[in-house]
Amino acid sequence: MLHAGQQIWGLDPLTLSRWQFGLTTVYHFLFVPLTIGMVLLVAIMQTVWTRTNDEKWLKLTKLFGKLFLINFAMGLVTGIVQEFQFGMNWSDYSRFVGDVFGAPLAMEGLLAFFFEATFIGLWIFGWGRLSKKVHLLTIWVTCLGVWLSAYFILAANAFMQHPVGFTINTAKNRAELTDIGAVLTNIVAINQFPHTITASIMFAGGVIIAVAAYHLKRKQYMDSMYTGLRFGLWASLLGGIGTVLSGDGLGLAMVQTQPMKMAAAEALYKTSTGYDASFSLFSWGTPDGTSEIFSVRVPYLLSFLSTHTLNGTVEGLNDLQAQYVHLYGPGNYMPIIWLTYWSFRWMIGLGMLAMLVAVVGLILTRKGRVQLPNWTWNASIWAAPLGVIAISIGWMFTEMGRQPWIVFSLMKTTDGVSPGITGLDVLISIVVFTLIYGILAVVEFKILRKAIDAGPDVLLEDARDDADQLTVAY
Amino acid sequence: MALNTVWFLIVGFLFIGYFVLDGFDFGVGMALPFLGKDDTDRRVLINTIGPVWDLNETWVIVAGASLFASFPEWYASLFSGFYLALLLILVALIARGVAFEYRGKGDTAKWRKTFDWMIVVGSALPALLWGVAFANIVEGVPLNAKHIYTGNLFTLLNPYGLLGGLTTLSVFFLHGLIFITLKTEGEIKERARNLAKKVGYAATVIAASFLLWTLFAHLSVLGAVLTVIAALALVAAQLANHAKRDGAAFALMVLTIITAVGALFAALYPNVLPSTTDAAYSLNIDNASSSQYTLTVMTWVAGIMLPFVLAYQTWTYWVFRKRVSRKNIPAGSH
Repeated sequence: MLHAGQQIWGLDPLTLSRWQFGLTTVYHFLFVPLTIGMVLLVAIMQTVWTRTNDEKWLKLTKLFGKLFLINFAMGLVTGIVQEFQFGMNWSDYSRFVGDVFGAPLAMEGLLAFFFEATFIGLWIFGWGRLSKKVHLLTIWVTCLGVWLSAYFILAANAFMQHPVGFTINTAKNRAELTDIGAVLTNIVAINQFPHTITASIMFAGGVIIAVAAYHLKRKQYMDSMYTGLRFGLWASLLGGIGTVLSGDGLGLAMVQTQPMKMAAAEALYKTSTGYDASFSLFSWGTPDGTSEIFSVRVPYLLSFLSTHTLNGTVEGLNDLQAQYVHLYGPGNYMPIIWLTYWSFRWMIGLGMLAMLVAVVGLILTRKGRVQLPNWTWNASIWAAPLGVIAISIGWMFTEMGRQPWIVFSLMKTTDGVSPGITGLDVLISIVVFTLIYGILAVVEFKILRKAIDAGPDVLLEDARDDADQLTVAY
Repeated sequence: MALNTVWFLIVGFLFIGYFVLDGFDFGVGMALPFLGKDDTDRRVLINTIGPVWDLNETWVIVAGASLFASFPEWYASLFSGFYLALLLILVALIARGVAFEYRGKGDTAKWRKTFDWMIVVGSALPALLWGVAFANIVEGVPLNAKHIYTGNLFTLLNPYGLLGGLTTLSVFFLHGLIFITLKTEGEIKERARNLAKKVGYAATVIAASFLLWTLFAHLSVLGAVLTVIAALALVAAQLANHAKRDGAAFALMVLTIITAVGALFAALYPNVLPSTTDAAYSLNIDNASSSQYTLTVMTWVAGIMLPFVLAYQTWTYWVFRKRVSRKNIPAGSH
């Protein structure tokens, strides 16, 4: 018999729980951005159709609505795992912050999640049963629910980045909520939300581009797919511009709340001002992570990004480390520098590349041009994941850059893990989740591919069925 | 009433809502191999819950999040303690949800058969394990002074826990069958009715023994009243099923589940997770709850939102009130 708290075969519940949380979260968040972005774009498509009665917009609504739903199901089932994991793997964290952190999570459930799940059902089965206007309303309410959901989750995450609105109850050894308004208007949440939304729109736009390119390359459904392509290109470009602008705000908030993370993003070891506060395109540090050997730099740029002035001062890793030792006691307060440094650059680079695809696409296909060489279509198909990879890497930066803290300045990740679980427990769950998620990915891809292959015209026939048939969707 | 008692009731309400709603989903899933003679039959069955199963499943997510916010210590001890049991439930719920969505999206018989079995197992396993989990919550589990669970998966599989599991398994199966009689037409409806008669006998014996065991272990007036109502409603539901009063039978099954789960929560109160190691280590509504401020904020949110949630979910059920039968299943398509 195995007993709690044991390390079996040298398996460490902490390390495994971190890997499991990382894997399941990244996986969950492959689907979430597409849901967040696509729900808005489908709502816009349906609005255009309702207003103009132009059938190609109905076709687009149905096709991308279907992709949205396939994807939503994945987000739903993988989302339950996320909620359960806080208690299962991070029970000491949950005990310590539950009084504060649980509130936005429960609000997400009560305010937003019930909403989106209900109205999505009404939207799916409401074709032909609800009046056109009420049916349109259901997709917009779904959009509102999805976005509210995102806001509450980001507010919960923001507490981990920059804890506000709480007091420490030393008798109970936990953080207690004192100001819910402060938690919900956390400067990190306020800046993270538009960044997340706009990046998601950029990615959803990229998916629309890819689907349209897939059909245009095969010279089928030309009329609706050209319209879809242009719509996707604009969505991707505008989403990208929004991501850049909101990223700027988020960067400023980060400098203000987590200077160590910004310093790690730049691998800035020494505190620098003005010309010296440069943005490096490449940097190589010594293995002990305390000094730099070689780098390629753009002067003033880091100062500008961090403070919006050319002669600002940006604190370096070594100074911050010394400050934190003074504040929080001995220990290493730097995240893994190469990881934060490169993830920050890849996030920006891949996002920019996605925008470049949109700009080039808009130019090449202006005024109805669709006679393009095959490689351009292939390139835009393969460019679809750029947005979501940038998003994933951005989250890795955000979460890894917070280390060693689970809640910045309050609790370290090593103190958050469940004391009662064994390494074997977590090994079992990590293997099970990996297997299931792997199988799901294959199945999901097959189904998406099939729905895309079927094209927009097939789906349209469903909408013309009589109302009786429409209760049947399975 | 103190706010932590209010939240004990809200958490109880959310779990009761979850069991009433997802309970019949589990039952319908379990009925597939018994009632689904061919693919059209199975599609009729799945479409009885098609528009609502995911909505029903959201109740457990909301229940879990509410538990976290209002009783963080309970959430932390319970979820880390029941680690492998919850893992099994998660896997089953994922398998079921994915199977519902994907079974119709492939063409081959093998594809559908695979997903049909995922639905059956993904329905039966949580139906069993939720009962095991709740029986153990009521009975208590080994918790140390820091409220950390010191048992393992097999600690939960004790006689009382297993009887609790069989109770939910059989009652949810019956609940699902009676839901099918309400939501379908034609031959399948009668097959469901006949199977419900047989399952009903087993469910009655198992549920009655479990509830009586619970009652005698935690004697209270409220517990006794709820147990008696649950037992009477369970028997009356079957009489209504025999008499072909489908609506009444379903309503009585809902009443059975409300009162039976209510009896479990009554037996638990004021504890939330008793310790069998030492009664002093038990978690109760005082030492497990959130601060007064958090509970106040959450009470406002729940007080405003729950009526809305109930209203728009009721509307959903109204929109999808039509019965499903073979003639609704379009031939040739998925």
